[in-house]
Amino acid sequence: MLARMLSGDFPRSRVLTAVLLAILIGLAFAPFIFPGTRSLNVAAKVAVFVLLVASYDLLLGYTGIVSFAHTMFFGIGGYGVGIAMVKMGAGWGALAIGAAAALTLSLAIALAIGLLSLRVRAIFFAMITLAVASFFQILASQLSPLTGGEDGITFRLPEPLQSRLAAYYLVFAVALALFLLLLRVVNSPFGRVLLSIRENEFRSEALGYRVVTYRTVANCLAALGATVAGILYAIWLRYTGPDTTLSFDIMIDILLMVVIGGMGTLYGSAVGATLFVVAQNYLQDLMKLASGAAKGLPLLPDLLHPDRWLLWLGLLFIVCVYYFPSGIVGRLRARGL
Amino acid sequence: MSAAASAGAKDPGAALPGARLDWIPLALVPVLALAALPLVGSPPTWVTLTVAGLAMGMMIFMMASGLTLVFGLMDVLNFAHGIFISVGAYGAASVLTRMAGRLEQPSLASDLSAMVPAVLAAIALAGLLGWFFERVLIRPVYGDHLKQILITMGGLIVFEQLIHVVWGPDIIPLPRPGAITGAFIVGEAAIERYRVLAVIVGLALFAAMWLLLNRTRIGLLVRAGVENPEMVESLGYRIKRLFVGVFVAGSGLAGLGGAMWAMYQEQVTAQMGMQVLVVIFIVVIIGGLGSVGGCFVGAMLVGLLANYTGYLAPKLSLGSNILLMVLVLLWRPRGLYPIGKA
Amino acid sequence: MPEPMLSLAGVNTHIAQYHILQGVDFEVPRGALTMLLGRNGAGKTTCLRTIMGLWRASAGSIRMDGREISRAATPDVAQLGVAYVPENMGIFAGLTVSENLRLAARSGEPDAGRLEWIFGLFPAMKTFWNALAGNLSGGQKQMLAIARAIVEPRRLLLVDEPTKGLAPSIIANMVEAFRELKRTDTTVLVVEQNFNFAKALGDTVAVMDSGRIVHTGRMDALAADSALQTKLLGLSLEAHQ
Ligand SMILES: Nc1ncnc2c1ncn2[C@@H]1O[C@H](COP(=O)(O)OP(=O)(O)O)[C@@H](O)[C@H]1O
Ligand SMILES: [Mg+2]
Repeated sequence: MLARMLSGDFPRSRVLTAVLLAILIGLAFAPFIFPGTRSLNVAAKVAVFVLLVASYDLLLGYTGIVSFAHTMFFGIGGYGVGIAMVKMGAGWGALAIGAAAALTLSLAIALAIGLLSLRVRAIFFAMITLAVASFFQILASQLSPLTGGEDGITFRLPEPLQSRLAAYYLVFAVALALFLLLLRVVNSPFGRVLLSIRENEFRSEALGYRVVTYRTVANCLAALGATVAGILYAIWLRYTGPDTTLSFDIMIDILLMVVIGGMGTLYGSAVGATLFVVAQNYLQDLMKLASGAAKGLPLLPDLLHPDRWLLWLGLLFIVCVYYFPSGIVGRLRARGL
Repeated sequence: MSAAASAGAKDPGAALPGARLDWIPLALVPVLALAALPLVGSPPTWVTLTVAGLAMGMMIFMMASGLTLVFGLMDVLNFAHGIFISVGAYGAASVLTRMAGRLEQPSLASDLSAMVPAVLAAIALAGLLGWFFERVLIRPVYGDHLKQILITMGGLIVFEQLIHVVWGPDIIPLPRPGAITGAFIVGEAAIERYRVLAVIVGLALFAAMWLLLNRTRIGLLVRAGVENPEMVESLGYRIKRLFVGVFVAGSGLAGLGGAMWAMYQEQVTAQMGMQVLVVIFIVVIIGGLGSVGGCFVGAMLVGLLANYTGYLAPKLSLGSNILLMVLVLLWRPRGLYPIGKA
Repeated sequence: MPEPMLSLAGVNTHIAQYHILQGVDFEVPRGALTMLLGRNGAGKTTCLRTIMGLWRASAGSIRMDGREISRAATPDVAQLGVAYVPENMGIFAGLTVSENLRLAARSGEPDAGRLEWIFGLFPAMKTFWNALAGNLSGGQKQMLAIARAIVEPRRLLLVDEPTKGLAPSIIANMVEAFRELKRTDTTVLVVEQNFNFAKALGDTVAVMDSGRIVHTGRMDALAADSALQTKLLGLSLEAHQ
């Protein structure tokens, strides 16, 4: 039963199992364990980002290609719901139509980008996705009658979702289900072909696998995952805007989460996303203390300033890329903890 | 050149095309400019817009040329290239604000005595950072695209933060020297002085790069290395040294471009490098990865188009370069001047 | 017996996780032309690339003129006097013929007399002196690749399948060029699939299969023993005759 749910892909480390269980239980009972708006917000964000980052890992970790358009798909999800709710009213129908439209659009764009640029070179793909994503950012800010420009869209949800508790459990349940689905994908024969392409493109092509096709499908799946995450995030926030979805800063956040958690291990996405979101919300408090303690010393207070928290995560990121390419999860597994 | 070689050179029997210029992409620049004339309507406005577009193109070229060369030669796509631009801008700003006194006198000489050190500081600072990047961050991951992208992204995150640590988080306003503020009036057209300066610097830079690449042995090595680094090594040349040189030079150029761009915008922000990076990538893709000539043409096209659309259809302006990129790729999938490998 | 120009002993090469060369031993005698034969995928190209330092040998020894070069970087191997013509010829398509040759002359400009000699071997090099190398025909590209390797005297030439995809008349031209080269006592190692070409030029021969040397000896002995040819080279041989 458990094996089937996890597609036979167990954490394979006692510490990791404990951490994952803690995350799962924490999220499942968040409204009761951590009452308060801030902590519930953190919990919802963790759930959304676990899905967002896991779908990104399908590209980066399992397929070995770097995309900068993941936030674009995230945004398409958010705006799809937002625009539909505003234009069509706060009903279930509008929610469904918005979500469906967003998923369709994402699929079409992912397909087009994949077919256009994945056959050239993986590095070309990175550049094209960056350009296309920035185009979308521009589009969102220019089409302000539709998107609300820089301000974004605030909207109302259908009645039952007005309750924070209901909205939270919708977000949690969908994110969990899709995470398990992704786990299934990467452990399927399809996922194994992706891995073999990542290891040796030359060989895989020689073995008769159509590398472009596999990569394009992976790109589409990742895009759909990001879109659903965007839909969920919009539902949770009852708002969507450039800063919460499309911004390049979020793209960087996603990269940090994947790499620090562990590329090519979906569990790493869960760990990375949790760690990051929690750090984003609580590390800064800690740094404020440290910065205060270092007062009077040269440079150190500046380096420890709460706004500089990305500096430290960035360094951790670099160290991970060089020395621990499979991140925290890889470390835990390798040391047999 | 040896006797035999020059005898061969004069041989009129050579039926195969030599290193002849593919002029079609180059012709796009005047074609675009002329096509805009009837749309813009008023010739003075058109002149102003064209000069502005060329100036912008030149600055983009300065910032992009290093990136394309580094990519061509080393197969490294440096996502942190924007940092060199920002650092150049901050370096220039530091010097200029310290020499603000010299900028207040209305003489070109005293303006230049502040601007030249500022620009040199920008180049030196960015070049030094480039050297650090190549040695410490990129060298261990040559040949591994995935890690290269990740590592340079990591460098981007860390150094953007370090810029905040060193120069503070706020926007720095930049005094623009008096002698290059204001405009020349030619007929009815107003041409900003600074833009003329940018065009002159850009053209000089392009000419120097062209001579270096096409008339010197180092240039020959670089061109060969862009095409097939392995073969250059097999001929007995240590391409790694060339790498470092090109990387530092490319970073320095980005610093120069950043300084020029900052003086143009009259302010400096840590994000500016990242903001122009997208445009730079587009230019590099349009030009053909690794091609300096293509990069130049691409930069001109992007600069002109941005200014014309900015005037004709402001809403389209920001996205115009992406549309241009798509059109170019539909016409030539590997860019205007594709380079051997790809 | 004088020391060989090049000797490989127990050379192993891995590409990614694949174990391609699995203990290669053979020698290239001084002043002779050695043929390295073998079926497609036997590891011949990998062998030349390992000598050049383009792949790193994971075990074994490669000695060039008595010096260990198995750990040397590619430029250092080249500086020792090894010239390499890769299977894809490796010419710089965006450079002219003259620029290709000037780059190969490490001392600066190519020597005028030497150039005349090369023009004698490959007149097309003179005709198309200022043409872009990328615009040359396949045969002319191969000539340029070889011209580039001999534009200055080198101690050892490594040539990977010089006849690949060439028309018979051009192959005849190649045979002549290599004959002339042999008169200059240059040491050459040629990888070939074309047995007639090998028979016409080879002094000694080594045959590879599945990453190992399975035969070494004199070329004329192998040429006279058709049973051995079939055993070593199989049917692929007939296709080329
Ligand atoms: N880059 C590579 N990655 C993986 N395997 C390779 C690579 N290059 C060559 N090989 C494998 O090495 C073996 C030997 O190849 P090669 O040396 O090119 O043979 P030959 O030149 O004798 O035809 C082949 O099985 C080939 O598939
Ligand atoms: Mg071969």
